[in-house]
Amino acid sequence: MPLLSVRDLRTYFSTDAGLARAVDGVSFDIDRGETLGIVGESGCGKTVTSLSVMGLIPDPPGRILPGSSIRLRDRELLALPEKEMRRVRGDQIAMIFQEPMTSLNPVYTVGNQIQEALRLHRNLGKAEARRIGIGLLREVGIPEPERRFGEFPHQLSGGMRQRIMIAMALSCEPDLLIADEPTTALDVTIQAQILELLADIRGHREMAVLLITHDLGVVAEVCDRVVVMYAGQVVESGTVHEIFHRPRHPYTEGLLASLPDLARDRGRMHPIEGTVPSAVNWPSGCRFRARCPHAWHQCGAPPPLLDVADQPGRASRCWLEEEPSRRRPVGGEATHEGNADSR
Amino acid sequence: MPPGVRPTDRPVLAVLVPGLPQLLRGRIASGGFALLLWIFFVVVVVVRWDRVSGAIAAGFDHQVALATLILGMALVWGWSLRDALRTEPEPRVGRSQWTLATRAFRKNRVAVLGLMAVTLFYLTALLTPFLAPFDPTQQGSLVAERMLPPSGEHLMGTDQFARDVLSRVLYGARVSLSIGFVAAGIAITIGTLLGAISGFVGGKVDDMIMRFVDMVISFPRLVLLITIIALFEPSIFLIITVLGLTQWPQSTRIVRGEVLSLREREFVQAGKALGYSAPRMILRHVIPNTLAPVIVAATLGIGDTIVLEAGLSFLGLGIQPPTPSWGTMVADGRADLLGGWWMSTFPGLAIVFVVLSFNLAGDGLRDALDPRLRSG
Repeated sequence: MPLLSVRDLRTYFSTDAGLARAVDGVSFDIDRGETLGIVGESGCGKTVTSLSVMGLIPDPPGRILPGSSIRLRDRELLALPEKEMRRVRGDQIAMIFQEPMTSLNPVYTVGNQIQEALRLHRNLGKAEARRIGIGLLREVGIPEPERRFGEFPHQLSGGMRQRIMIAMALSCEPDLLIADEPTTALDVTIQAQILELLADIRGHREMAVLLITHDLGVVAEVCDRVVVMYAGQVVESGTVHEIFHRPRHPYTEGLLASLPDLARDRGRMHPIEGTVPSAVNWPSGCRFRARCPHAWHQCGAPPPLLDVADQPGRASRCWLEEEPSRRRPVGGEATHEGNADSR
Repeated sequence: MPPGVRPTDRPVLAVLVPGLPQLLRGRIASGGFALLLWIFFVVVVVVRWDRVSGAIAAGFDHQVALATLILGMALVWGWSLRDALRTEPEPRVGRSQWTLATRAFRKNRVAVLGLMAVTLFYLTALLTPFLAPFDPTQQGSLVAERMLPPSGEHLMGTDQFARDVLSRVLYGARVSLSIGFVAAGIAITIGTLLGAISGFVGGKVDDMIMRFVDMVISFPRLVLLITIIALFEPSIFLIITVLGLTQWPQSTRIVRGEVLSLREREFVQAGKALGYSAPRMILRHVIPNTLAPVIVAATLGIGDTIVLEAGLSFLGLGIQPPTPSWGTMVADGRADLLGGWWMSTFPGLAIVFVVLSFNLAGDGLRDALDPRLRSG
């Protein structure tokens, strides 16, 4: 049985422009101790998915539709009353955020905030919470933890604060850690350290990690499996190795092609043309159709998540899986060259 | 060498005359103020020894005054001694935004002066039983002592009932300052709680609270006060309550605005993700972050309240005679302004100085606590 099982999650928001179907039928599983990456562009529903799992969707304007299911072990989280959900948060699922600069309360010391989390969830005394808190700071690689314990957030660097956020998330020994763009706001060198730290901790705590990011490099570095999201849907899933070496969905192909490869292109970019459609008004049929180099008449019908032939556990939301003969080598490069020359 | 870094070489002086070593080292503000307070306390003890020594048997007022005196002297003495014995500069670690704000505040001389004046006013009010030369309600001889101009015996003269104006101004300070403090305290407490709930919870709750605020604000406050007080027997308790209950909407709006922006900060989201309940988030995480504007609003609010109370008393709806109150005194002296200018002028000046001090201190606090206005 997977640790977390999300089935047909639909989270809609009522906005002035209309009903935004931010997450529209997302399903995935995370096993104990596994790291799953969710990748996609801004606005594809990654963050809303993670907030839905945490039960932190503001209602109104947000709403998780009946028929959606989020199960942690054998408990249906969507059916839990708020009071019990609060106990799940922090206790069994913890979350760290993108912006470490504002993730800590500026008026309390770091130690005070770690102690609060520990005392609330584990019923510890003050001295005991301090001892464990300092231990956690050491675990997340903060030098001089005793001194840092008494400092205020503004005295610490961004990377340091993200480490402290991780320490707070770990304080209650969660089974699942959701990391929403944990390195986006950090310097590249610090990014690598934080990712290494996450991988370390996951290793010796046997904690599952749900990593939300738009950075494929990050995914390649730490994830076991990947779910690619586009326009509120899962478009492809598979192991990191499979996704990176044999992408099936044209969107994934585009994402990988858009990574700048200095050795080959001398810095030339290959962006996916066009933009993500609006969540208020998804296109009919395949939502990637307008930007897809392979699109043909069949794409007017919405494709289901199709199993990839002879690759168990992989799925792609593309009609190409039914008509592999239409798949041609990615012609994107030639077109891009042409465009560049004509300019 | 910056002041305050080197340990003083005269700790003995700090024991005998607190404030003097600091003053000699060029710290005019803190040293001078400590010295001023110390001299004030010592003079009170020496000149009013009979009252100070008999304070415990003389009733509640005197006991409070005695406690203030002892506490005040201990504080000044303790501060000076600790400061003088300190061998290291202020510790650099653990600087919170409050420490930074304190530093910014200290640079603002006018505001520091305002805060010192406010402190002095409150000390004076608390020590009044020792300070006042006469009983404020005691009438002298209506023939010989009525409406005497200021003199050595009556520093501010006497009024139509041959009462000592200075004593009445001093006792009036107790009324005005305590009304200002308590009423503003009530208003700020209600305002902060409602504002935080309104901003944090949002939705229908927010709408309801804010419409209620609009409603309360749309009443002309003075008319509302006059109506309420006219319906009941005026008493200090009623006036404090009514002033407090009509002043909260401003702070509600300030706090709500502040909370609306705090709510979007990630530490609020992070707190929720750690499973903190809404009351915990509001009381422990949101409200402390709004305290800066609240303190400013409170300081300025005390000044407003004192003026309003004086206005009500002036109209005869505030503190009832014979209890001295600045507003009443100004009103009473008005009829004889030409024959005895001192009767209205001194309580009037008292109002002006107190309110001015509060506003100066409040403005300084706002400058110090608002990071957008703070440089470096």
